[in-house]
Amino acid sequence: MRRAWLLPLALAIVGCSRDTGSSSTPGSVTPESVTAGEPVRHYGLGRAATAAEVTARDIDVGPDGEGLPAGSGSVQQGEALYKLKCAMCHGPSGAGMPPAFPAIIGRDPKAEGFAFARDPKLTRTIGNYWPNATTVFDYVRRAMPLLQPGSLTNDDVYALTAYLLAANDVVPRTTTLDAASLSQVKMPYAGKFVTDNRRGGREVK
Amino acid sequence: MDDQLKDVTTDETISRRTLLTGAAGALGAAVAAGLPLMAGGQGAQAAAAAAPVMPADPTKLQGAPTSAVGSRSTFIKPSRTPVGETVGNSLTPLQDLTGAITPSDLHFERHHAGIPLIDPSRHSLLIHGLVATPLMLSYDELRRFPQVTRTYFIECSGNSRAAYRDPKPDMTPQKVAGLVSNTEWTGVPLKALLDEAGAKREARWMLAEGGDACLMTRSIPMEKAWDDALVVWAQNGEPLRPEQGFPLRLLLPGWEGNASVKWLRRLELGMRPWMTRWETSKYTDPLPDGTARQFSFDIDAKSVITAPAFPQSITRGWWPITGLAWTGRGRITSVEVSADNGKSWEPAVIHEPNLTKASVRFTHMWEWDGRETVLLSRATDETGYVQPTRTELVKVRGIGTDFHFNPIVGWKVQRDGRVVFHGET
Repeated sequence: MRRAWLLPLALAIVGCSRDTGSSSTPGSVTPESVTAGEPVRHYGLGRAATAAEVTARDIDVGPDGEGLPAGSGSVQQGEALYKLKCAMCHGPSGAGMPPAFPAIIGRDPKAEGFAFARDPKLTRTIGNYWPNATTVFDYVRRAMPLLQPGSLTNDDVYALTAYLLAANDVVPRTTTLDAASLSQVKMPYAGKFVTDNRRGGREVK
Repeated sequence: MDDQLKDVTTDETISRRTLLTGAAGALGAAVAAGLPLMAGGQGAQAAAAAAPVMPADPTKLQGAPTSAVGSRSTFIKPSRTPVGETVGNSLTPLQDLTGAITPSDLHFERHHAGIPLIDPSRHSLLIHGLVATPLMLSYDELRRFPQVTRTYFIECSGNSRAAYRDPKPDMTPQKVAGLVSNTEWTGVPLKALLDEAGAKREARWMLAEGGDACLMTRSIPMEKAWDDALVVWAQNGEPLRPEQGFPLRLLLPGWEGNASVKWLRRLELGMRPWMTRWETSKYTDPLPDGTARQFSFDIDAKSVITAPAFPQSITRGWWPITGLAWTGRGRITSVEVSADNGKSWEPAVIHEPNLTKASVRFTHMWEWDGRETVLLSRATDETGYVQPTRTELVKVRGIGTDFHFNPIVGWKVQRDGRVVFHGET
């Protein structure tokens, strides 16, 4: 008697817990162990995220430029910001203080040619190692400056990206970057990255 | 007396009343003041100093009382090192541990922006991108999904970099390989969450984002997400520790630790990797052919002897050679030990349970005859992969490669019994 009274109420609560758009059918599933190949199950847990909630967290930028925001910034503006916000850790020339504060600027001829595996003393920088320019924007926006992450405007981040790319001899010093132009920047060593080919077995790779 | 003691420690009202009733009252006062139950009791500590009062004979007086949270024997003081790093790591004291499970408070740490202080009631996991419904899940809701409990190792792919590049005699097991730990994790298979959100089968990659001050992000192939990936909230029977990702952590069994994103707050499904800083600038493997291997997630088979090891000294006679072995590709099938610098190998005993993508403890009894020698261990996994020597690994990876170091390493036993690290295999 008591159970019969509780069940519809429990279902009603579960049914209300999802705002919209769910294909969930509470009560129609049998919660069991979840293993690959089993039919899709829904438990009616959670709720539909609002567009504003997604936008607030979805700040990532893809290598194709997807996710780059409106705004722009020049090398000159970036240089001023670098001195103000970055040089205290990464140094005036971008040589950093490894390992805590990595080198980010530098095109030492000795380190050109991607011979890092043969010589651990070679210093990797944005210019001689990073495969994607968009990564500079994404990383600076999400994580820098170290003591004030998330404090830069999108214009600031475009300017810093422009400066870091120019200081690494990737773009001219006259560059102003926005979503369209940053998407087009090709990094010097982008072609050097290969997918993992290790598969176990006898061969050591 | 026993009943009264229970009362004074559990009920404030009774404790106050008992305070007035003689000898038991004195005990109550001591407990209430946080002082030792009896001066000179076992393990009792002076109020100000931490020095224990050692009884001449522990069988001749009462022991210490119960406590809210246990602590290690005052004689046992394992510690992670270094401490105080916010962008950095701390290593597990492998030489101080036995069995295969790492105590939660000694699990290695690697943080890229310190440990965030997160209120679980304000934390949520967003799943969006190529899904039917962008889904927001609270900490409480996540824990209502079907759950599993499994033991997995986590190894930072930077583990053993110093021992590989620049081996030194005075390296301890902790210094050599302390960025690996092995614990029991409880959580929900990621597949259940993907199903709940209506993940589209065409999605190829998933971005996992943490809620720390660098918003750590890694791109994960969907094959792994559908396979054995977990979103965990507990470790070794209790909620995650903050340094291990409280309240939520992605757990990718057998993969480099960085991909098991801590303080997990977002999963976005898409068609290609995002090329984040941590999968381009870092966590890539420069190779001698002038390329860099990317998305090299799997941890290759590896083992390390944790005793005898520096800074131990040994005497002639029988000793257990013991250590840990693990592989990201399934189970360890054998661990061999050499007591003659690799000239001959003998199988070590692998302690049960031998679980997939979990560390195993191995031991091998050995009698030292007083001559100088080198002790080595070599792991083989179920794919037939055999842990390589450092020379072999340097040949295929280069001395300057930056991650995934799994060479055979060992310990030189000197004629005087002192044991020092031997990395040049």
